Amino acid sequence: MKARVTVTLKSGILDPQGKAIEGALKSLGVSGVASVRQGKVFDIEIEGADHAGAETALKSAAEKLLANTVIENYRIEVTG
Amino acid sequence: MKSAVIVFPGINRERDMARALKLISGRAPAMLWHADRELPPGTDLVVIPGGFSYGDYLRCGAIAARAPIMDAVRAFAQKGGLVLAVCNGFQIVCEAGLLPGVLMRNAQLRFICRDVYLRVERSDTPFTRGYNAGQVIRVPVAHGEGNYIADGETIARLEGEGRVLFRYASPDGMVDPNWNHNGAMNGIAGIINDRGNVLGMMPHPENHVEAAMGRTDGRGLFAGLVDHFKLAA
Repeated sequence: MKARVTVTLKSGILDPQGKAIEGALKSLGVSGVASVRQGKVFDIEIEGADHAGAETALKSAAEKLLANTVIENYRIEVTG
Repeated sequence: MKSAVIVFPGINRERDMARALKLISGRAPAMLWHADRELPPGTDLVVIPGGFSYGDYLRCGAIAARAPIMDAVRAFAQKGGLVLAVCNGFQIVCEAGLLPGVLMRNAQLRFICRDVYLRVERSDTPFTRGYNAGQVIRVPVAHGEGNYIADGETIARLEGEGRVLFRYASPDGMVDPNWNHNGAMNGIAGIINDRGNVLGMMPHPENHVEAAMGRTDGRGLFAGLVDHFKLAA
């Protein structure tokens, strides 16, 4: 099974990299960009076909390593 | 003072640290590898040095915080053992949950490598007994992610319990945004845990310990630790 874990900064956490990207987009003349927040995407292959088991494993992966939950949120999608 | 320096792949300040420890305590530290599972018996002080463990992959310190040796470090800290974590070490102990908060990208987005001034907030800890409270010391920093942040409640607790030991300051000891090179909340450069036995700090005291380095302001930290163990013995 294929899965994706998306990690984003919690709202209220200053994101200087997002700000720099936002500035670069503005200087490139890309119009209409109000703000940019940078995050991370993990594409993960899961062995077997146990959907619920996969979600449990991914939650554990996100909590233990992929996200620092002090500053980041995560979202899990098992795409099958 | 029997010290142990933890070496992870990508760490590059371990020899500076070992040199400073030997110079000031008279005893070379044990060097431990990330895959080791035990500290040498009788270890007094564990030091996690600076560098770029695991290439700063994922988040600074994130992978090192989960390395096998860290279980031993965690158990040592839980028993009250002293842990000194510098630079990448500070990031590692935050990721390991030994200290609260996170070190984010410097507010100005630049890697900063230069001397800074620190105000020593307390002298009544094993880490700062070699200084006077309010004393200003000059030591180098070298980091891209040193911008300390934590939620409001954590900051209030750190401040209320006097757990900020070092703060970025002007040469005359004023905490001022102009002298806070990385944007850290409240100018925080170094904090201790609630038991007072784990210190995390971004600056490098080990790089100002002998005349050839230009200054010796970092010596007080190591000399204070040596005194602490001498008195305890």
